[in-house]
Formats: sequence, structure tokens, C-alpha cells
Amino acid sequence: MSDGAPACTGTATLRVAVWRGDSNGSFQVFSVPRRGSQTVLDVVTYIQRVLDPTLAYRFACRVGMCGSCAMTVNGTPRWTCRTHVDKVARGGKLEIAPLANLPVVRDLVADMREFFDKWAAARGRFEPTRTREDDFAAVKPASPARGEADAAIECIGCGVCYAACDIVTWNPRYLGPAALNRAWTLVNDVRDGGNVERLAAVAGDAGCHSCHTLMSCTELCPKELSPTRSIAGLKRATIK
Amino acid sequence: MSARGEARLWLWQRVTAAFLAFFVLVHLATIIYAVRGGLSAAQILGRTRGSVTWGAFYAAFVFAAAVHGGIGFRTIAIEWLRLRSRAAGALALAIALALVALGLRAVAAVAIGP
Repeated sequence: MSDGAPACTGTATLRVAVWRGDSNGSFQVFSVPRRGSQTVLDVVTYIQRVLDPTLAYRFACRVGMCGSCAMTVNGTPRWTCRTHVDKVARGGKLEIAPLANLPVVRDLVADMREFFDKWAAARGRFEPTRTREDDFAAVKPASPARGEADAAIECIGCGVCYAACDIVTWNPRYLGPAALNRAWTLVNDVRDGGNVERLAAVAGDAGCHSCHTLMSCTELCPKELSPTRSIAGLKRATIK
Repeated sequence: MSARGEARLWLWQRVTAAFLAFFVLVHLATIIYAVRGGLSAAQILGRTRGSVTWGAFYAAFVFAAAVHGGIGFRTIAIEWLRLRSRAAGALALAIALALVALGLRAVAAVAIGP
């Protein structure tokens, strides 16, 4: 290589342990050639296309927009399409499993149903107060409420925070960081009319008051959001 | 417990925490002052006994600690002992009342006398 890129396109291989089967499954080891700028999703795709076409996994956009490729990589939930092997491989080894805190469908595919059901339970749906006959709502970009909503709104629903949350592990009814973060964006949406029901839905032992501020969600969110901050905002909002 | 009730417990724990932060600082400052000044137990009791201020201060301290600790224990009982909300609440109430009884007994001994 004349351009000075890392010399990892030669004979180097990765030892990759991949989860196979449902929740009673086990790890299967593959050898995958090491490449420059290789992502974890590249590794999984190589295994499925070259080594074992029966491997089940989920992805769509490959560029960090859709939120469908999250997996557990060496014990930590990550978006695999934007996670470079350089950053996470230890001693040339990778262990790739489905997201924690969710049922396993097969191999690397987690069942996201309860994750999104909790968005609905947290009243994560916009409740309009205007009709199409009304004029546009004027929301000033610099207003404090818009600022709060902006800070939390880029969630792509990947489930990394939910898999990282110890409270979800302890209390399976807990709504989780993503659903509560979504509720917080709507609490700050001046056009929304559903906040009485929403704040009742997100309070209590399955809601924001269960958060122990461990901040795993905030540390691992690939979009660098802070669900912890959103949950703290919900706690304040529920006592008004 | 209802979501409203949980929110209220959270608020009570936050408010009592704010008071406890103040109480603990005053308490520690008093201990350091008394120890560094070389006061004996008899001298300390001589100053606290009959003092409405110290009696009221430590009585408020006891109530804040009982409320704060009781709510915290309820959460621990639900999360770690896997108790139901009602059972955890009853156990936490019993512990809070015990804290109040023990605390007020100590306050009476220091601020009123034997």
C-alpha cells in the first residue's frame, strides 16, 4: 500500500463468535478476513454472503440513519454499520450477539415488538390540536421548549439504549430510555394536546421515576442524545 | 401505587434530600467545632439541654431522614426484594416509624434530658 493506509488487507483474519439460534442458542466461530475501514456490519455481511447464507440479521441503510442494525458487540450494544472493527475488536476477536433485554427471534435478530409497544404505552404519538383548516403553528426555533425538543428529537429507534439499560433488565415493565425520550420531545411540542394523559403514562414505577440515572443510555446512544436528561425533565414535568 | 402517587413520593424524597443536605452540613460543622474545641460530653449536653433551637433542628432532621430513608427503602424492597408495591410500602412505613421513634428518643435525651 503506497498511500499509508493500515496494512490490514493482507492475510490478517478476525475470529468472530456469532450467536446462532434463539435464546437457547450458542456462539458459532467464523474466520473473517480483516479489511481496512471495516465495520462490524461488514463482518456480519461477509459471514452471511460468503460463509453461511443461513445467518439471520437485520440491516437497511448502512449509513447510520435507519436504526435497524444494532447488535451486541463484545458485550456492548452498538449500531454495527457505524462501528469500526478497529475500535471494538480485542486481540483480533469479536463476539456478536443480538440486542439484550429483548426476545431473540433467530441468530442476530431481536424481536423489537415490546420496544416499540412501549413507545405507544408512553403516548409517543403526536396528538394534534389543530386541523388542516388552521394556519401553521409558529414555533420559534430559539424558544426553550423547542430547544428541549431539538436536543432529544434525532432518535433513530435503534434500541441500543434499551439494551444497555439495567432498569429494563430488573423491571421488564419499565418503559425504557427511548420511549421516555420520545415522550419528552412531545411534552415540549407546543402543538401537542396529549400531555395530561402522557405525563400520567410516563410516571410511576414503570416510568420515569424508576430511572436511577445510571446513564448507560446516554453513554452508548449512537446519536449522542441524552435520554437521562429527557427522563429528568419528565420527572420535573410530572410534579407540575 | 398510582402514577400520581409515585410522582409524589419522588417529590418528597427530593425535597427531604435538599433539607438533609443542609442538616448534614450543620451537623458535621457542629461536630468538628465541638471536637476541635475540646468540649466534653457533659459540656455539650449542658449547651444542648433546654435548647429549643437544637431540639427543633434535630427533630426536623429525624423526620426528614425518616421520610427520605423510608421512600428509598420502599424502592429497594420493590427492586431487590421483589416485594409488591403494597407490601413494600407497609415495610417502609414500619421502618420510617421506627426511625422516627429512635430518633426522637435520642433528640429528647440530648435536648430535654434524662
